[in-house]
Amino acid sequence: MKRARKIEEQVFKGLMVFSLALILLIFCGIILVVLIKGAAALNLSMIISVPKGGYYLGREGGVANAIVGSLYLAFGASLVSIGISLPVAFALQKEFIKSRRFSIFSRLMLDVLWGTPSIVYGAFGFVVMMYFGLRASLLGGIIVLSLLMMPIMIRSMDEVIRMVPLEMKESAYALGTTRLETSLAVILRQALPGILTAVLLAFGRGIGDAASILFTAGYTDFIPRSILDPVASLPLAVFFQIGSPVPEVQERAYASALILLIIVLLVSVISRILGKRFSKHIIK
Amino acid sequence: MRRRKLKDFLAVQAVRMSILFLNFVVFIIVACLFIKAKPLLSMHSFVHTVFSTNWHPLNGHFGFYPFIIGTLEVTGIAMVIAVPVCLLSAIYLSEYGNKRFREFIRFVNDILAGIPSVVYGLWGVIVIVPAVRLLAAYFGIQTSGYSLLAGGVILAIMVIPVIISVSLEVLMTVPAEARESTLALGTTKWEMIKHVLLRSSLHGIIAAIVLGFARAFGETIAVLMVVGNVAKVPSSLFDPAYPLPALIANNYGEMMSIPLYDSALMFAALILMFIVGLFSLIANLTLLRIERKGG
Repeated sequence: MKRARKIEEQVFKGLMVFSLALILLIFCGIILVVLIKGAAALNLSMIISVPKGGYYLGREGGVANAIVGSLYLAFGASLVSIGISLPVAFALQKEFIKSRRFSIFSRLMLDVLWGTPSIVYGAFGFVVMMYFGLRASLLGGIIVLSLLMMPIMIRSMDEVIRMVPLEMKESAYALGTTRLETSLAVILRQALPGILTAVLLAFGRGIGDAASILFTAGYTDFIPRSILDPVASLPLAVFFQIGSPVPEVQERAYASALILLIIVLLVSVISRILGKRFSKHIIK
Repeated sequence: MRRRKLKDFLAVQAVRMSILFLNFVVFIIVACLFIKAKPLLSMHSFVHTVFSTNWHPLNGHFGFYPFIIGTLEVTGIAMVIAVPVCLLSAIYLSEYGNKRFREFIRFVNDILAGIPSVVYGLWGVIVIVPAVRLLAAYFGIQTSGYSLLAGGVILAIMVIPVIISVSLEVLMTVPAEARESTLALGTTKWEMIKHVLLRSSLHGIIAAIVLGFARAFGETIAVLMVVGNVAKVPSSLFDPAYPLPALIANNYGEMMSIPLYDSALMFAALILMFIVGLFSLIANLTLLRIERKGG
């Protein structure tokens, strides 16, 4: 009886260790495969030049159009999202919305948006752009991408703003400050590292998303000159190039994926560092 | 003084407007998709559209059954693989592992969650698809490897971070007293986990699984790259499938040239939005309740 119990425990513990090992194995497998395959195909001209004639048959050129395009898209969408997310994140706190029901309802709507697949945002954006007669462009991509990034940002901003200790807010209010003043001078400052992390998290998610910008940003071999030009992006560069029958072009897909992965990892490292550095204003 | 008050008033109003905007976005997305999908639904009944297998857009036949089954099967396979792995890992992290190891796995988990789906797709094409081809050859089946199984495996990997992080959080909210008082009765740690820990966090774990399901259901690019995209109800694991998100992503180019095609694709988007929205609503309500009880 006693031994059976011990054996059962050992079996399940073994399974748990196996599961964790599997996850670590997959993690290393993904990073290593992309690193090795990508590094073999990556060179300077991949990064600094745009596709030239015959690029899609395996000749000269690079994916600078996609790198710049992705950065445009992600920065633009981050700016738009910050502008909307910051007020919304404050609005979810109880100083601003008295009705508890409404605040819970809004949080649930936020969760729905958070879960909405990016392809649905893409389809929705496409419909709206058709209605207004817009073609696939940087502007369209930025709008759809900010729809995707907004819920991610709001959710993590809300989490950090909620963590600001009640005593801090109340001591500020006790000094006779208004809600706006408290929000800017106390809450925002205290939550700043978390807010930066939220922005970078959403940035990383946005720059890697392909399904939403597939319809709305288009693809081009050039770096866009105006906000109404179509724009290339790294995820779509990977997606289109891996579908090519030419082996050289497929290798460029690996290189593009590596560039994308490096950008995403870099963003996550920066967010960790910034999170630490900006925490000097934090009191508690 | 009056200026400060006025400023405050304006700021508060602006903030309130912003939250109305947030709620408005959900409404407008659903309304837009519904309006675009309506022409299709007025042609055929909802039941007919969902359960017909006849997919010939040029002749005006839009049967979604193969796509809905494709989505459900790919997602189902992913859940069958991911759920045990995630739960076992989460239990180990909350009950056996020390804090440093837990933080390390959390770090790995965060990175996994941040890897773009197109990179997962690429990895699937390089690693999973050939592996599936080999596996099928072992059973004596000829296949390209672009199959239901490949899609399911990639999806499973993609939902692992979601399920682990939520279920770990749920397990950590179980109070230490509950654990200790059970152990004090002389149970083994595993018996405590089985009878007390899992039972008391059952709702939360289900919520974690449902959230993972919702995430998998709408995942597009990675699945699209490995699943084969053939509009037929798959009859084995090694057959290609064609999930709904892939349908939308592959056909937006042609959708304006064939009558009702755009309507059909928006109907697909509406189904996705509805199912994913419903599931994440249920899961998040459950988690909200747990959080309130625990906090």
